Amino acid sequence: MANEKVQLVVHEAPLSPERRAFLTKVSIALSALAAAAVGIPVVGFLLAPLLQSTPDIWRSVGKTDDFEIGKTVRVTFVDPSPLKWAGVTANTAAWLRRRGDNDFVAFAMNCTHLGCPVRWLDDANLFMCPCHGGIYYADGEVAAGPPPHALFKYPVRIRDGQVEILTSAVPLG
Amino acid sequence: MFKLLKHFVDAFEERTGLIAFFDGLAKHPVPPDTGWWYVFGSATAVAFVIQVVTGMALATSYISSTGEAYDALNFITTRALFGNLLRGMHYFGASAMVLLVGIHMGQVFLMGCYKYPREFNWLTGAVLLFLTIGMGFTGQLLRWDQNAVWSVVVAAEQSARVPIVGQYVAHFLLAGKTLGGATLSRFFAFHVFFIPAIIFAFIGVHLYLVFHDGISEPPTAGDPVDPATYHARYEELLEKHGVPFWPDAAWRDAVACAIVVFAIVGLAYFIGPPLLDAPPDPSLLAKDPAPDWYLLWYYAALALIPRGMTNPFIFLAPAFGFLVLIVVPLYNRGERHPARRPWAVAAVITIVMMILTLWIDAKRAPWSPDFAAKVLPADVIASTAPEVNRGAALFHTKGCEFCHAVAGFGGHRGPDLSAVGARLTHADIVIRILNGGTNMPAFAGALKPSEMDALVAFLESRKPQ
Repeated sequence: MANEKVQLVVHEAPLSPERRAFLTKVSIALSALAAAAVGIPVVGFLLAPLLQSTPDIWRSVGKTDDFEIGKTVRVTFVDPSPLKWAGVTANTAAWLRRRGDNDFVAFAMNCTHLGCPVRWLDDANLFMCPCHGGIYYADGEVAAGPPPHALFKYPVRIRDGQVEILTSAVPLG
Repeated sequence: MFKLLKHFVDAFEERTGLIAFFDGLAKHPVPPDTGWWYVFGSATAVAFVIQVVTGMALATSYISSTGEAYDALNFITTRALFGNLLRGMHYFGASAMVLLVGIHMGQVFLMGCYKYPREFNWLTGAVLLFLTIGMGFTGQLLRWDQNAVWSVVVAAEQSARVPIVGQYVAHFLLAGKTLGGATLSRFFAFHVFFIPAIIFAFIGVHLYLVFHDGISEPPTAGDPVDPATYHARYEELLEKHGVPFWPDAAWRDAVACAIVVFAIVGLAYFIGPPLLDAPPDPSLLAKDPAPDWYLLWYYAALALIPRGMTNPFIFLAPAFGFLVLIVVPLYNRGERHPARRPWAVAAVITIVMMILTLWIDAKRAPWSPDFAAKVLPADVIASTAPEVNRGAALFHTKGCEFCHAVAGFGGHRGPDLSAVGARLTHADIVIRILNGGTNMPAFAGALKPSEMDALVAFLESRKPQ
C-alpha cells in the first residue's frame, strides 16, 4: 500500500487579510519586546560609567613638612575607587607646590591641548608638554604653544599635618 | 572508497546546494582586462583574515586586565612559542590593512568604479575605512604600556571636544571619570568583538554588492557612465567578452594575496613587533605619547593648526572627511577614466602629498621640546670668557636649548640661534628673553639680572662661522 497517494490534510484555514495583518504586527511587537528585554540591560551595562557617579575623595600625598616652600614636585596618589585588578594603572599624579607654610597648589599633569603629561622644569620655572610643545608658566597660565587654557588645578587641603588632594576626573577640554 | 565519498558529497550537495552556490560565485562572468589594479580589495581582505587568525591566537594568552596585560604581553613577546612572530604579524597585518584599504579606495576613486550602479558599495567601503582605523587605534592601546595609557587619555580628550555629548563619550571610552581597571577591558571588547563584528557585517554587504552589481569594467576614456544604458551595455559586455572570475581574473588576486601574506610574515620575522614601552603607570610623566605610523600624520596636523582652532578641528576634520566620502558617489555618472577627470587625479595627489608631508614632519616633530638636549660642548661654546661659558650653561639649564638649536645641538621649536649674535642687537635679545614672543614664554620672572647678563653674553657671542 506504500504506492497509494497520501492525502495531505490541512488543519488550519487560510488566514484572512485582517488576521494576517494583525499577526504581522504581533510578531514584530513581540520581536521588539524580546530585543528590548535583552538590549536594555546590555546598553545599560555599557553605559554604566555614565550612569553611576564615583565620589571624589581626599588622598594624602605626604606630610606638610615633606615639602619645601617654593618647590614644585610630582606627587602620586591612587584613583578614588580603584578596582582590584587595576594594578599600576590606578596610580595618578599631580604637580604640587608649597607656596607658604600652609599654602599649597596642585596642578593637573594633563596638558589642556590634548591631555599629554606635562613636565615641570625647575630651573626654567615652566611646565612643558612633550607632545605639541605647549608651555605654561609656574602659575599654570599658558605661556606658548597650542594649549587653549591654563592647567587645571586639584583642590588641596591640610588635615592632621598631611597634605591631601581631592581626586577628580581626568580634566577634559 | 571513491564511490562512498562521491555518494557523501552528492548527498551533502542535494541537501545544501552550497557547492553549486560557490561554484556559481567563483565562475560568474566578469569583464575582461581587469588587470593588476583590481587586486587591492582582495589583498585588503586577506590582511583582515590574517588579523583575525593571529588575533584569535594572541587572545588565548592575552589578559585584558590593566594590572596584568603588560606582563601578559611580555610573556607573549619573550617566552611564548612564536609569540613574538605572531605579535609582529598582527602589527604588520594592521599596517598592511590600513595601507591596502587606502590604495583600494584610491584605485576605486581614480577609475570611477564608485559611479552608477556601485554608489552604495563605495559607502560600505567608506565605513570599512573608518572601522579599519578604529581597529588600528584600539589595537595599539591593547599593548597597554606607557604609550598606550597616555594614548587613551589623548583619545578621551579628543572625544570630549565633540559638542554637547563630548564629555559623555570620553567617560564612556575611559569606562569612568579616570583611567582605571575598567578601561582596558572596554577597549579589548571594542577591538575583538564590537568593531570586528561590524567589519564582518560590512564586508558581507560589500561582497554581496560586488556580486550583485558585478565587477566594474576597466574605464575607457570617452565612454561616460549613463544610468539609462549602463546595465544593457554591461550585460552585453559580459555576454560577448566576459571571462569566468575563477581563475581568469582571480589568479592575480591569488598572487597579490600571497605576496601580502609573505610580506607580513617576512616583516614580522625580520623586524618583529613594536617594542613594549615602560609599564602602564599614569603617574610616570616622562612620556611623549604618539600613535602608530598610520595616524601620525593626523597627530602632526594637531600641532600645526592655529591656536584656538584645536577644538573645532578635532571634531570637524574627521566629520568633514567622512562627509566628503559620502558625497563622492552623488556624482555618479559621466567619465570614469582618470585621463578625463583631472580634478579627481589632483585630489588624490593632494591628499597623498598632504599625508606624506605631515607624516615626515611628525617624524621630525620640530614643535616638541628636545628634553634630551645635551649641555653644549666646549668646542661649540668656543670661548674662554667665564660670562659666556656661564651663559652657555644657563642656556641649557633654563630650558632655552630644549627649543633652540645652536650648532646642531638642541630643539627646533624656536629659531636656530647659531648666529643670533649677528642677527639681533643686544637690546633685541634682552627684550625677546624678558618679554617672550609669539610662541615663546617670557623669562623675566625666571632669570636673575646676573643670569640675564650671562645668557645675553653667550647669545651675542654666537656669530656666523
